[in-house]
Amino acid sequence: MLRFIVRRLLVTVPMVLVVVSLTWGLIRLAPGNFYTGEKPIPPAIVENLKAKYGLDKPWYVQYGRMISNTLHGDFGSSLKYQGQSVNTILKAALPVSATIGLLAYLLALTVGIVFGVLSALRQNSTLDYTSMAFAMIGISLPNFVLGPVLVLLLSLTWYMLPPALWGGGRHLILPVVTLSALYMAYIARLARSGMLEVLRSNYIRTARAKGLSEWQIITRHALRGGLLPVVSFSGPALAFLITGTVVVERIFALPGLGNYFINANLNRDEPLIIGIVAFISIVVLIFNLLVDIAYGFIDPRVRY
Amino acid sequence: MDNETIVGTSLWKDAWKRLRRNHLAVLGMWVVSAIVLASIVGPPLIRHYTGFTYDYIPSDPKLIKSFPPFRAPDGSFSLQHPMGTDVAGRDILARVLLGGRISLMVGIISTIVSLIIGTAFGATAGYAGGKIDEVMMRIVDVLYAIPYMMVVIVLLAFFGGQSALGQLFLLFVALGAVSWLTMARIVRGQVISLKNQEFVLAARATGVSTSKIIARHLVPNTLGPVIVYATLTVPSVMLLEAFLSFLGLGVQAPLASWGSLAADGIQNIALFPWQLIFPGLTMAITLFSLNFLGDGLRDALDPQMRKG
Repeated sequence: MLRFIVRRLLVTVPMVLVVVSLTWGLIRLAPGNFYTGEKPIPPAIVENLKAKYGLDKPWYVQYGRMISNTLHGDFGSSLKYQGQSVNTILKAALPVSATIGLLAYLLALTVGIVFGVLSALRQNSTLDYTSMAFAMIGISLPNFVLGPVLVLLLSLTWYMLPPALWGGGRHLILPVVTLSALYMAYIARLARSGMLEVLRSNYIRTARAKGLSEWQIITRHALRGGLLPVVSFSGPALAFLITGTVVVERIFALPGLGNYFINANLNRDEPLIIGIVAFISIVVLIFNLLVDIAYGFIDPRVRY
Repeated sequence: MDNETIVGTSLWKDAWKRLRRNHLAVLGMWVVSAIVLASIVGPPLIRHYTGFTYDYIPSDPKLIKSFPPFRAPDGSFSLQHPMGTDVAGRDILARVLLGGRISLMVGIISTIVSLIIGTAFGATAGYAGGKIDEVMMRIVDVLYAIPYMMVVIVLLAFFGGQSALGQLFLLFVALGAVSWLTMARIVRGQVISLKNQEFVLAARATGVSTSKIIARHLVPNTLGPVIVYATLTVPSVMLLEAFLSFLGLGVQAPLASWGSLAADGIQNIALFPWQLIFPGLTMAITLFSLNFLGDGLRDALDPQMRKG
């Protein structure tokens, strides 16, 4: 077990470097530069800018510096946000994205599991049909449609919730609901099909034959196996959630990592892009590791 | 050989019978066909009857504004713009149908790209087995864990924007390249369970080469699950395309996709909600139907395979 964790943690470092290198390579291969804006800059100033950010050195020196920066967790200063280091921006933006993301994640897991399991236990009941119909809508409704429609109804028509911007409390409700809808739906479907499969299996029949109460069968035996698909989805779900966050932060104009990431791309702000990509990759990889460890605890068949 | 064909058709016939009994899947199939048909024949028809195209901006400056659905400029009922017009006075129906063409095209072509990469990769790994399989599948695991959409965003932001067609091509490749992973896993699993069966052994005994065994004997037998998964990949790729277009990184003007139309519509949501509602609703209905069709196909073709 410990060996497994150490080995996986060691793999994480080169993986982050691969992602970062890929991103860096894409940025460098692309035509244009951060100083090729609307207004032409005098060549002397371009030279100065290049010298300031070390862009006048050969590419392998720049690459080496970027890798070393990544390993030290210090990504230098942003090219467009004057006088701000990438780390300051990350520190400011992270709480926004993390709050929205985590709340959405928890909401999706709780509601998804509850409705998925209930649907499986009462298969073909009205509850089953309604929750699965809602799950299908959740999977098919893009969040950039759901979000604005919620804003239109709840904020602009009934004035119940603030339509956008970051302010904590009530400002969180719409973004979190918008972000979690898809994952909630997905998790409900996974939980339902997982539970249905387990409820038909032999060991549940044994448990019934043993004379256990239905409640004990479900909590002690069925949930463990039935929720395995949900557990294994919850790892990749985080990576997908980050994609969703980009859109949701855009809709609600939230100053989170996703919004900074898009702006950094439009501004060709290389250090900021590298910083965000590295940071998110580390978070996602560590989270996947945690999910794999949890999997080992839940599924007795898994051995490391 | 003859024998095999007969068995093959009866499997498909069986599946077809099961699919037809699933009313929701059949409905999904009809709706998808209707939307595909509408986006193919719709634009020329609208052009013929009303003269509107997706990029037709009226020359009369009084018409360059957003009219609600079914309203003529003087406020009376009119059939000219069933979905209204956008801020430039363009017919939204024509734009939604064009968006449908592009969104469906991106969905289908990217799925084909992912199908080719995923099947080749998964079949090779599954057939080779051992160390090669382990390394190849580790690569898939690693790629799974990467927030690849970030790399796609970088790719589109830095290389895109040259021309509308170039951007489309970039989208096909980028979306295809990131959505082949699950396909590779499914094909590998199938190939592993197939490769030890007698007909493969017979092929090997008669001296058929490895690449031919994979292409002729193994891949066709994985078709069922592959078709099912491909049907479900189309809506998910369309959703990704819509995300990217929504962020302004996907389809570029004057072309439009459902995502970019929704992004335009969101700007004026308080005043002209129909600019968001119609493209959004059309997209949601299409994805809904594709998902139902995919689910139905899965139950019909492979009752054992129950995922998601």
